[in-house]
Amino acid sequence: MSILVFLLLSILKVAVVTVILLTAVAYTVLLERKVVGRIQNRWGPSRVGPFGLLQPLADGIKLFLKEDLMPTGVYKPLYILAPMISLACALISIAVVPFGATVRVRGVDMFQIADLNIGLLVILGITSVGVYGIALAGWSSNSKYSLLGSLRAGAQMVSYELALGLSLVGVVLRASSLSLRHIVDSQAAHGMWSWNVFGGFQFVAFLIYLTAAYAETNRAPFDMSEAETELTAGYHTEYSSMKFAMFFMAEYANMITVSCVATLLFLGGWTSPFGSLLPNFGGRFIIAILPVFWFVMKVLFFLFLYIWVRGTLPRFRYDQLMGFGWKFLLPLAIANIVATSLWLAIRGG
Amino acid sequence: MHLVLFLIFGGLCVAGALNLLLQRHPINSALSLIVVMASLAVLYLLLGAEFVAAAQVIVYSGAIMVLFTFVIMLLNAGKEDRTHGSSAAYLVGVPGVAALFALLAFIFLTQRDHLGQARLGDYLVTTTDLSKVLFKDLLLPFEITSVLILIAILGAVALARKEH
Repeated sequence: MSILVFLLLSILKVAVVTVILLTAVAYTVLLERKVVGRIQNRWGPSRVGPFGLLQPLADGIKLFLKEDLMPTGVYKPLYILAPMISLACALISIAVVPFGATVRVRGVDMFQIADLNIGLLVILGITSVGVYGIALAGWSSNSKYSLLGSLRAGAQMVSYELALGLSLVGVVLRASSLSLRHIVDSQAAHGMWSWNVFGGFQFVAFLIYLTAAYAETNRAPFDMSEAETELTAGYHTEYSSMKFAMFFMAEYANMITVSCVATLLFLGGWTSPFGSLLPNFGGRFIIAILPVFWFVMKVLFFLFLYIWVRGTLPRFRYDQLMGFGWKFLLPLAIANIVATSLWLAIRGG
Repeated sequence: MHLVLFLIFGGLCVAGALNLLLQRHPINSALSLIVVMASLAVLYLLLGAEFVAAAQVIVYSGAIMVLFTFVIMLLNAGKEDRTHGSSAAYLVGVPGVAALFALLAFIFLTQRDHLGQARLGDYLVTTTDLSKVLFKDLLLPFEITSVLILIAILGAVALARKEH
Protein backbone atom coordinates (compact mmCIF):
# COMPACT_ATOMS: atom_id res chain seq x y z
CA MET A 1 0.00 0.00 0.00
CA SER A 2 1.44 3.30 -0.97
CA ILE A 3 1.68 6.07 1.57
CA LEU A 4 -0.46 8.32 -0.62
CA VAL A 5 -3.45 5.97 -0.64
CA PHE A 6 -3.08 5.56 3.11
CA LEU A 7 -3.02 9.32 3.65
CA LEU A 8 -6.00 9.95 1.39
CA LEU A 9 -8.11 7.23 2.98
CA SER A 10 -7.15 8.43 6.47
CA ILE A 11 -8.10 12.02 5.70
CA LEU A 12 -11.35 10.78 4.21
CA LYS A 13 -12.05 8.75 7.36
CA VAL A 14 -11.33 11.72 9.62
CA ALA A 15 -13.60 13.96 7.55
CA VAL A 16 -16.47 11.46 7.52
CA VAL A 17 -16.21 10.74 11.25
CA THR A 18 -16.04 14.46 12.10
CA VAL A 19 -19.11 15.24 10.00
CA ILE A 20 -21.05 12.34 11.50
CA LEU A 21 -19.99 13.32 15.03
CA LEU A 22 -21.00 16.97 14.59
CA THR A 23 -24.35 15.95 13.06
CA ALA A 24 -24.83 13.55 15.96
CA VAL A 25 -24.07 16.40 18.36
CA ALA A 26 -26.70 18.60 16.71
CA TYR A 27 -29.34 15.88 16.80
CA THR A 28 -28.49 14.86 20.38
CA VAL A 29 -29.47 18.41 21.33
CA LEU A 30 -32.76 17.98 19.50
CA LEU A 31 -33.29 14.56 21.09
CA GLU A 32 -32.68 16.07 24.49
CA ARG A 33 -35.14 18.89 23.92
CA LYS A 34 -37.74 16.46 22.61
CA VAL A 35 -37.36 13.88 25.38
CA VAL A 36 -37.11 16.39 28.22
CA GLY A 37 -40.17 18.04 26.69
CA ARG A 38 -42.13 14.79 26.80
CA ILE A 39 -40.95 14.14 30.39
CA GLN A 40 -42.30 17.56 31.34
CA ASN A 41 -45.54 16.89 29.46
CA ARG A 42 -44.99 19.27 26.54
CA TRP A 43 -44.04 18.77 22.89
CA GLY A 44 -40.57 20.22 22.57
CA PRO A 45 -39.48 21.80 19.27
CA SER A 46 -42.02 20.94 16.58
CA ARG A 47 -42.21 23.93 14.22
CA VAL A 48 -39.08 23.77 12.04
CA GLY A 49 -39.48 20.96 9.54
CA PRO A 50 -41.40 17.72 10.12
CA PHE A 51 -41.36 16.86 13.88
CA GLY A 52 -38.94 19.76 14.36
CA LEU A 53 -36.22 17.78 12.58
CA LEU A 54 -34.66 20.89 11.03
CA GLN A 55 -34.41 22.65 14.41
CA PRO A 56 -30.63 21.91 14.80
CA LEU A 57 -30.04 23.61 11.45
CA ALA A 58 -32.00 26.69 12.54
CA ASP A 59 -30.14 26.74 15.87
CA GLY A 60 -26.81 26.50 14.07
CA ILE A 61 -27.65 29.40 11.74
CA LYS A 62 -28.90 31.47 14.67
CA LEU A 63 -25.74 30.91 16.73
CA PHE A 64 -23.54 31.60 13.72
CA LEU A 65 -25.25 34.91 12.95
CA LYS A 66 -25.24 36.22 16.53
CA GLU A 67 -22.92 39.07 17.36
CA ASP A 68 -19.65 37.89 18.85
CA LEU A 69 -19.34 40.03 21.99
CA MET A 70 -15.99 40.59 23.62
CA PRO A 71 -16.67 41.87 27.15
CA THR A 72 -14.27 44.48 28.53
CA GLY A 73 -11.87 43.21 31.15
CA VAL A 74 -11.45 39.72 29.76
CA TYR A 75 -7.95 38.30 29.31
CA LYS A 76 -8.18 38.04 25.54
CA PRO A 77 -5.68 35.29 24.53
CA LEU A 78 -7.08 32.76 26.99
CA TYR A 79 -10.67 33.91 26.48
CA ILE A 80 -10.35 32.98 22.80
CA LEU A 81 -8.24 29.88 23.40
CA ALA A 82 -10.52 28.29 26.01
CA PRO A 83 -13.47 27.27 23.80
CA MET A 84 -11.02 25.93 21.21
CA ILE A 85 -9.32 23.70 23.81
CA SER A 86 -12.71 22.45 24.96
CA LEU A 87 -13.98 21.59 21.52
CA ALA A 88 -10.68 20.14 20.25
CA CYS A 89 -10.34 17.81 23.23
CA ALA A 90 -13.97 16.76 22.86
CA LEU A 91 -13.54 15.92 19.17
CA ILE A 92 -10.11 14.25 19.25
CA SER A 93 -10.95 11.32 21.50
CA ILE A 94 -13.42 9.86 19.00
CA ALA A 95 -10.36 9.04 16.84
CA VAL A 96 -9.47 5.93 18.83
CA VAL A 97 -13.03 4.61 19.13
CA PRO A 98 -13.76 1.53 16.97
CA PHE A 99 -17.31 1.60 15.58
CA GLY A 100 -17.46 -1.89 14.14
CA ALA A 101 -15.58 -5.13 13.54
CA THR A 102 -12.31 -4.85 11.62
CA VAL A 103 -13.12 -4.40 7.93
CA ARG A 104 -10.09 -3.64 5.83
CA VAL A 105 -10.33 -1.93 2.46
CA ARG A 106 -6.90 -1.69 0.81
CA GLY A 107 -5.32 -2.33 4.20
CA VAL A 108 -7.10 0.57 5.87
CA ASP A 109 -9.44 -0.18 8.77
CA MET A 110 -12.82 1.24 7.79
CA PHE A 111 -14.49 1.58 11.19
CA GLN A 112 -11.73 3.12 13.28
CA ILE A 113 -9.46 6.08 12.65
CA ALA A 114 -6.50 4.89 14.73
CA ASP A 115 -6.09 1.54 16.46
CA LEU A 116 -3.71 2.25 19.35
CA ASN A 117 -2.31 -0.21 21.90
CA ILE A 118 -3.12 2.29 24.62
CA GLY A 119 -6.43 3.56 23.20
CA LEU A 120 -8.14 3.66 26.59
CA LEU A 121 -5.33 5.70 28.16
CA VAL A 122 -5.39 8.13 25.24
CA ILE A 123 -9.08 8.80 25.86
CA LEU A 124 -8.42 9.35 29.57
CA GLY A 125 -5.49 11.66 28.77
CA ILE A 126 -7.47 13.79 26.34
CA THR A 127 -10.36 14.04 28.78
CA SER A 128 -8.01 15.19 31.52
CA VAL A 129 -6.59 17.92 29.27
CA GLY A 130 -10.13 19.03 28.42
CA VAL A 131 -10.49 20.47 31.94
CA TYR A 132 -8.33 23.42 30.89
CA GLY A 133 -10.94 24.66 28.44
CA ILE A 134 -13.46 25.12 31.24
CA ALA A 135 -10.95 26.29 33.86
CA LEU A 136 -9.41 28.94 31.59
CA ALA A 137 -12.80 30.08 30.30
CA GLY A 138 -13.94 30.89 33.80
CA TRP A 139 -10.73 32.56 34.82
CA SER A 140 -10.21 34.67 31.69
CA SER A 141 -13.83 35.90 31.66
CA ASN A 142 -13.10 38.04 34.71
CA SER A 143 -16.58 37.51 36.11
CA LYS A 144 -17.53 36.03 39.45
CA TYR A 145 -20.11 33.62 38.08
CA SER A 146 -17.68 32.29 35.50
CA LEU A 147 -14.88 31.92 38.02
CA LEU A 148 -17.06 30.09 40.54
CA GLY A 149 -18.41 27.84 37.81
CA SER A 150 -15.00 26.91 36.52
CA LEU A 151 -13.58 26.38 40.01
CA ARG A 152 -16.43 23.99 40.71
CA ALA A 153 -15.94 22.26 37.36
CA GLY A 154 -12.19 21.94 37.89
CA ALA A 155 -12.48 20.45 41.37
CA GLN A 156 -15.30 18.17 40.31
CA MET A 157 -13.57 16.88 37.18
CA VAL A 158 -10.25 16.23 38.93
CA SER A 159 -12.03 14.38 41.75
CA TYR A 160 -14.25 12.23 39.59
CA GLU A 161 -11.47 11.46 37.13
CA LEU A 162 -9.91 9.26 39.84
CA ALA A 163 -13.05 7.20 40.36
CA LEU A 164 -13.56 7.05 36.60
CA GLY A 165 -10.03 5.84 35.88
CA LEU A 166 -10.06 3.31 38.71
CA SER A 167 -13.44 1.91 37.68
CA LEU A 168 -11.92 0.97 34.31
CA VAL A 169 -9.10 -1.06 35.87
CA GLY A 170 -11.37 -4.07 36.46
CA VAL A 171 -12.26 -4.18 32.76
CA VAL A 172 -8.62 -3.80 31.76
CA LEU A 173 -7.64 -6.62 34.14
CA ARG A 174 -10.22 -8.91 32.57
CA ALA A 175 -9.15 -8.13 29.01
CA SER A 176 -5.44 -7.83 29.97
CA SER A 177 -5.09 -5.12 27.35
CA LEU A 178 -5.55 -1.37 26.98
CA SER A 179 -6.50 -1.63 23.32
CA LEU A 180 -10.20 -0.94 22.82
CA ARG A 181 -10.49 -3.63 20.13
CA HIS A 182 -9.01 -6.26 22.43
CA ILE A 183 -11.33 -5.22 25.24
CA VAL A 184 -14.35 -5.68 22.96
CA ASP A 185 -13.01 -9.02 21.65
CA SER A 186 -12.71 -10.26 25.23
CA GLN A 187 -16.48 -9.83 25.61
CA ALA A 188 -17.53 -11.34 22.31
CA ALA A 189 -17.83 -15.03 23.20
CA HIS A 190 -21.48 -15.59 24.20
CA GLY A 191 -23.39 -12.46 23.24
CA MET A 192 -24.94 -10.57 26.12
CA TRP A 193 -23.74 -13.01 28.82
CA SER A 194 -20.08 -12.33 28.22
CA TRP A 195 -20.42 -8.54 28.33
CA ASN A 196 -18.46 -7.05 31.18
CA VAL A 197 -21.52 -5.58 32.83
CA PHE A 198 -23.27 -8.99 33.13
CA GLY A 199 -21.01 -12.01 32.74
CA GLY A 200 -17.87 -10.12 33.63
CA PHE A 201 -19.33 -9.14 37.02
CA GLN A 202 -18.25 -5.55 36.46
CA PHE A 203 -21.64 -4.01 37.22
CA VAL A 204 -20.22 -2.16 40.22
CA ALA A 205 -17.54 -0.70 37.96
CA PHE A 206 -20.25 0.07 35.41
CA LEU A 207 -22.27 2.09 37.92
CA ILE A 208 -19.15 3.93 39.12
CA TYR A 209 -18.17 4.69 35.55
CA LEU A 210 -21.62 5.95 34.66
CA THR A 211 -21.83 8.22 37.72
CA ALA A 212 -18.31 9.55 37.29
CA ALA A 213 -18.89 10.07 33.58
CA TYR A 214 -21.93 12.24 34.27
CA ALA A 215 -19.78 14.33 36.60
CA GLU A 216 -16.92 14.46 34.07
CA THR A 217 -19.18 15.82 31.35
CA ASN A 218 -20.80 18.30 33.77
CA ARG A 219 -24.25 16.92 33.16
CA ALA A 220 -27.22 16.73 35.49
CA PRO A 221 -27.36 15.79 38.33
CA PHE A 222 -23.74 16.97 38.57
CA ASP A 223 -24.03 20.16 36.50
CA MET A 224 -22.77 22.30 39.36
CA SER A 225 -20.50 24.29 37.07
CA GLU A 226 -23.43 25.73 35.14
CA ALA A 227 -26.11 25.67 37.80
CA GLU A 228 -28.35 28.39 36.38
CA THR A 229 -30.21 29.05 39.61
CA GLU A 230 -27.07 30.23 41.37
CA LEU A 231 -24.41 30.93 38.72
CA THR A 232 -26.39 32.30 35.72
CA ALA A 233 -24.66 30.00 33.23
CA GLY A 234 -21.43 29.11 35.04
CA TYR A 235 -18.17 29.13 33.16
CA HIS A 236 -19.66 30.27 29.84
CA THR A 237 -21.68 33.19 31.20
CA GLU A 238 -19.62 35.76 29.30
CA TYR A 239 -19.50 33.86 26.02
CA SER A 240 -21.71 34.51 23.03
CA SER A 241 -22.18 33.44 19.43
CA MET A 242 -19.83 30.74 18.07
CA LYS A 243 -17.64 30.72 21.17
CA PHE A 244 -20.62 29.73 23.26
CA ALA A 245 -21.63 27.24 20.58
CA MET A 246 -18.19 25.65 20.81
CA PHE A 247 -18.65 24.96 24.54
CA PHE A 248 -22.11 23.65 23.84
CA MET A 249 -20.85 21.34 21.09
CA ALA A 250 -17.97 20.20 23.30
CA GLU A 251 -20.38 19.19 26.05
CA TYR A 252 -22.49 17.08 23.72
CA ALA A 253 -19.48 15.63 21.89
CA ASN A 254 -18.11 14.59 25.29
CA MET A 255 -21.44 12.93 26.07
CA ILE A 256 -21.20 10.94 22.86
CA THR A 257 -17.57 9.92 23.53
CA VAL A 258 -18.41 8.84 27.06
CA SER A 259 -21.34 6.81 25.74
CA CYS A 260 -19.05 5.19 23.13
CA VAL A 261 -16.51 4.25 25.81
CA ALA A 262 -19.22 2.85 28.08
CA THR A 263 -20.49 0.77 25.17
CA LEU A 264 -17.02 -0.51 24.31
CA LEU A 265 -15.98 -1.35 27.86
CA PHE A 266 -19.14 -2.66 29.44
CA LEU A 267 -21.71 -3.54 26.77
CA GLY A 268 -19.52 -5.47 24.38
CA GLY A 269 -19.00 -2.71 21.83
CA TRP A 270 -20.22 -3.68 18.38
CA THR A 271 -20.98 -7.33 19.24
CA SER A 272 -24.55 -8.49 18.94
CA PRO A 273 -26.44 -9.08 22.20
CA PHE A 274 -27.64 -12.45 20.88
CA GLY A 275 -24.15 -13.79 20.17
CA SER A 276 -24.24 -16.81 17.87
CA LEU A 277 -27.97 -17.36 18.45
CA LEU A 278 -28.60 -15.03 15.55
CA PRO A 279 -27.21 -16.65 12.39
CA ASN A 280 -25.16 -14.61 9.97
CA PHE A 281 -27.23 -13.52 7.04
CA GLY A 282 -26.87 -11.26 4.03
CA GLY A 283 -23.79 -10.56 2.03
CA ARG A 284 -20.46 -9.05 3.00
CA PHE A 285 -21.96 -5.60 3.21
CA ILE A 286 -24.63 -6.55 5.76
CA ILE A 287 -22.06 -8.44 7.85
CA ALA A 288 -19.86 -5.34 7.90
CA ILE A 289 -22.69 -2.92 8.70
CA LEU A 290 -24.62 -4.93 11.31
CA PRO A 291 -21.99 -4.48 14.09
CA VAL A 292 -22.10 -0.73 13.49
CA PHE A 293 -25.87 -0.88 13.93
CA TRP A 294 -25.53 -2.59 17.33
CA PHE A 295 -22.88 -0.08 18.35
CA VAL A 296 -25.06 2.88 17.44
CA MET A 297 -28.06 1.37 19.23
CA LYS A 298 -26.04 0.95 22.44
CA VAL A 299 -24.66 4.50 22.22
CA LEU A 300 -28.21 5.80 21.67
CA PHE A 301 -29.30 3.90 24.78
CA PHE A 302 -26.66 5.71 26.83
CA LEU A 303 -27.57 9.09 25.35
CA PHE A 304 -31.21 8.45 26.18
CA LEU A 305 -30.18 7.50 29.72
CA TYR A 306 -28.30 10.79 30.01
CA ILE A 307 -31.40 12.74 29.03
CA TRP A 308 -33.69 10.64 31.18
CA VAL A 309 -31.48 11.25 34.22
CA ARG A 310 -31.43 14.96 33.48
CA GLY A 311 -35.20 15.07 33.27
CA THR A 312 -35.63 13.10 36.50
CA LEU A 313 -33.01 13.86 39.13
CA PRO A 314 -32.52 17.18 40.97
CA ARG A 315 -29.07 18.73 41.21
CA PHE A 316 -26.64 17.69 43.94
CA ARG A 317 -25.43 20.12 46.55
CA TYR A 318 -21.76 20.91 46.04
CA ASP A 319 -20.40 19.43 49.30
CA GLN A 320 -22.51 16.31 48.79
CA LEU A 321 -21.05 15.96 45.33
CA MET A 322 -17.45 16.09 46.53
CA GLY A 323 -18.17 13.82 49.50
CA PHE A 324 -19.88 11.31 47.24
CA GLY A 325 -16.93 11.24 44.85
CA TRP A 326 -14.16 10.93 47.41
CA LYS A 327 -15.79 9.00 50.22
CA PHE A 328 -18.03 6.63 48.34
CA LEU A 329 -17.11 6.16 44.66
CA LEU A 330 -13.33 6.11 45.12
CA PRO A 331 -13.22 3.42 47.88
CA LEU A 332 -15.84 1.41 45.99
CA ALA A 333 -13.72 1.54 42.82
CA ILE A 334 -10.65 0.36 44.76
CA ALA A 335 -12.68 -2.45 46.35
CA ASN A 336 -13.80 -3.46 42.86
CA ILE A 337 -10.18 -3.63 41.67
CA VAL A 338 -9.19 -5.80 44.65
CA ALA A 339 -12.18 -8.12 44.18
CA THR A 340 -11.59 -8.46 40.43
CA SER A 341 -7.88 -9.17 40.82
CA LEU A 342 -8.57 -11.74 43.56
CA TRP A 343 -11.16 -13.46 41.40
CA LEU A 344 -8.84 -13.50 38.39
CA ALA A 345 -5.92 -14.76 40.51
CA ILE A 346 -7.97 -17.59 42.05
CA ARG A 347 -9.46 -18.61 38.73
CA GLY A 348 -6.20 -18.29 36.86
CA GLY A 349 -4.36 -20.40 39.46
CA MET B 1 9.94 11.29 10.10
CA HIS B 2 10.97 10.51 13.67
CA LEU B 3 13.78 13.04 13.50
CA VAL B 4 11.44 15.76 12.22
CA LEU B 5 8.98 15.06 15.04
CA PHE B 6 11.81 15.02 17.56
CA LEU B 7 13.07 18.40 16.37
CA ILE B 8 9.61 19.94 16.40
CA PHE B 9 8.66 18.74 19.87
CA GLY B 10 12.14 19.13 21.33
CA GLY B 11 12.06 22.74 20.12
CA LEU B 12 8.55 23.21 21.49
CA CYS B 13 9.69 21.83 24.83
CA VAL B 14 12.65 24.23 25.10
CA ALA B 15 10.54 27.16 23.89
CA GLY B 16 7.87 26.35 26.46
CA ALA B 17 10.46 26.17 29.22
CA LEU B 18 11.95 29.54 28.22
CA ASN B 19 8.50 31.09 27.99
CA LEU B 20 7.75 29.74 31.45
CA LEU B 21 10.63 31.76 32.84
CA LEU B 22 10.03 34.90 30.77
CA GLN B 23 6.28 35.32 31.31
CA ARG B 24 5.28 37.67 34.07
CA HIS B 25 1.80 36.31 34.63
CA PRO B 26 1.65 33.07 36.66
CA ILE B 27 -1.15 31.60 34.54
CA ASN B 28 0.89 32.01 31.35
CA SER B 29 3.82 30.32 33.05
CA ALA B 30 1.56 27.45 34.14
CA LEU B 31 0.28 27.04 30.59
CA SER B 32 3.85 27.01 29.26
CA LEU B 33 4.63 24.24 31.73
CA ILE B 34 1.71 22.24 30.32
CA VAL B 35 3.21 22.65 26.83
CA VAL B 36 6.54 21.38 28.20
CA MET B 37 4.88 18.36 29.81
CA ALA B 38 2.90 17.53 26.68
CA SER B 39 5.93 17.77 24.38
CA LEU B 40 7.90 15.57 26.78
CA ALA B 41 5.11 13.01 26.39
CA VAL B 42 5.60 13.09 22.61
CA LEU B 43 9.36 12.59 23.09
CA TYR B 44 8.66 9.53 25.26
CA LEU B 45 6.35 8.26 22.56
CA LEU B 46 9.11 8.68 19.96
CA LEU B 47 11.35 6.51 22.14
CA GLY B 48 8.67 3.81 22.10
CA ALA B 49 7.49 4.27 25.68
CA GLU B 50 3.78 4.53 24.98
CA PHE B 51 2.55 3.85 28.51
CA VAL B 52 4.93 6.39 30.03
CA ALA B 53 3.79 8.94 27.45
CA ALA B 54 0.11 8.40 28.29
CA ALA B 55 0.85 8.50 32.02
CA GLN B 56 2.80 11.73 31.52
CA VAL B 57 -0.20 13.37 29.87
CA ILE B 58 -2.74 12.03 32.38
CA VAL B 59 -0.72 12.68 35.53
CA TYR B 60 1.35 15.77 34.75
CA SER B 61 -0.54 17.68 32.06
CA GLY B 62 -3.91 16.50 33.30
CA ALA B 63 -3.89 16.27 37.07
CA ILE B 64 -0.92 18.11 38.55
CA MET B 65 -1.03 21.14 36.28
CA VAL B 66 -4.79 21.45 36.78
CA LEU B 67 -4.06 21.82 40.49
CA PHE B 68 -1.44 24.49 39.67
CA THR B 69 -3.88 26.52 37.56
CA PHE B 70 -6.55 25.89 40.17
CA VAL B 71 -4.40 27.46 42.89
CA ILE B 72 -3.48 30.40 40.66
CA MET B 73 -7.15 30.97 39.89
CA LEU B 74 -8.17 30.62 43.53
CA LEU B 75 -5.55 33.05 44.80
CA ASN B 76 -6.24 35.35 41.86
CA ALA B 77 -2.49 35.89 41.45
CA GLY B 78 -1.72 38.99 39.45
CA LYS B 79 1.23 40.01 37.34
CA GLU B 80 4.60 39.69 39.01
CA ASP B 81 7.09 42.54 39.06
CA ARG B 82 10.34 41.86 37.29
CA THR B 83 13.39 42.32 39.50
CA HIS B 84 17.02 42.45 38.54
CA GLY B 85 17.75 39.31 40.51
CA SER B 86 20.14 38.89 43.36
CA SER B 87 23.85 39.32 42.86
CA ALA B 88 24.41 35.94 44.50
CA ALA B 89 22.50 34.32 41.68
CA TYR B 90 24.81 35.92 39.14
CA LEU B 91 27.97 35.20 41.14
CA VAL B 92 27.26 31.56 41.99
CA GLY B 93 24.39 30.53 39.76
CA VAL B 94 25.80 31.23 36.29
CA PRO B 95 29.20 29.56 36.88
CA GLY B 96 27.40 26.72 38.68
CA VAL B 97 25.10 26.05 35.74
CA ALA B 98 28.02 26.26 33.33
CA ALA B 99 30.04 23.82 35.44
CA LEU B 100 27.13 21.39 35.67
CA PHE B 101 26.57 21.57 31.93
CA ALA B 102 30.27 20.98 31.24
CA LEU B 103 30.38 18.06 33.66
CA LEU B 104 27.34 16.36 32.13
CA ALA B 105 28.58 16.93 28.60
CA PHE B 106 32.00 15.53 29.56
CA ILE B 107 30.50 12.40 31.12
CA PHE B 108 28.14 11.75 28.23
CA LEU B 109 30.88 12.22 25.64
CA THR B 110 33.55 10.11 27.36
CA GLN B 111 31.30 7.34 28.66
CA ARG B 112 29.27 7.00 25.48
CA ASP B 113 30.09 3.32 24.99
CA HIS B 114 28.92 2.32 28.47
CA LEU B 115 25.61 4.18 28.40
CA GLY B 116 23.79 1.99 25.91
CA GLN B 117 21.99 3.34 22.91
CA ALA B 118 18.42 3.85 21.84
CA ARG B 119 17.63 5.28 18.47
CA LEU B 120 14.38 7.09 17.75
CA GLY B 121 11.60 4.79 16.60
CA ASP B 122 13.71 1.66 17.04
CA TYR B 123 11.48 -0.31 19.29
CA LEU B 124 8.27 -0.27 21.25
CA VAL B 125 7.88 -1.01 24.96
CA THR B 126 4.38 -2.43 25.29
CA THR B 127 2.42 -2.16 28.51
CA THR B 128 2.89 -5.92 28.97
CA ASP B 129 6.69 -5.57 28.89
CA LEU B 130 6.53 -2.68 31.30
CA SER B 131 4.30 -4.51 33.78
CA LYS B 132 6.62 -7.54 33.66
CA VAL B 133 9.50 -5.32 34.73
CA LEU B 134 7.46 -3.51 37.37
CA PHE B 135 5.71 -6.49 38.92
CA LYS B 136 8.40 -9.19 38.55
CA ASP B 137 11.94 -7.91 38.15
CA LEU B 138 11.63 -4.70 40.16
CA LEU B 139 8.76 -5.64 42.44
CA LEU B 140 10.43 -4.66 45.72
CA PRO B 141 11.57 -1.15 44.70
CA PHE B 142 8.17 -0.58 43.08
CA GLU B 143 6.28 -1.53 46.22
CA ILE B 144 8.63 0.46 48.46
CA THR B 145 8.06 3.52 46.27
CA SER B 146 4.30 3.11 46.52
CA VAL B 147 4.53 2.81 50.31
CA LEU B 148 6.65 5.97 50.31
CA ILE B 149 3.96 7.82 48.36
CA LEU B 150 1.29 6.45 50.70
CA ILE B 151 3.23 7.83 53.67
CA ALA B 152 3.43 11.20 51.93
CA ILE B 153 -0.34 11.18 51.40
CA LEU B 154 -0.96 10.28 55.05
CA GLY B 155 1.42 13.06 56.09
CA ALA B 156 -0.47 15.56 53.95
CA VAL B 157 -3.78 14.46 55.47
CA ALA B 158 -2.34 14.73 58.99
CA LEU B 159 -1.01 18.23 58.28
CA ALA B 160 -4.25 19.44 56.72
CA ARG B 161 -6.48 18.09 59.48
CA LYS B 162 -8.29 20.60 61.60
CA GLU B 163 -7.38 20.73 65.27
CA HIS B 164 -10.21 19.73 67.58
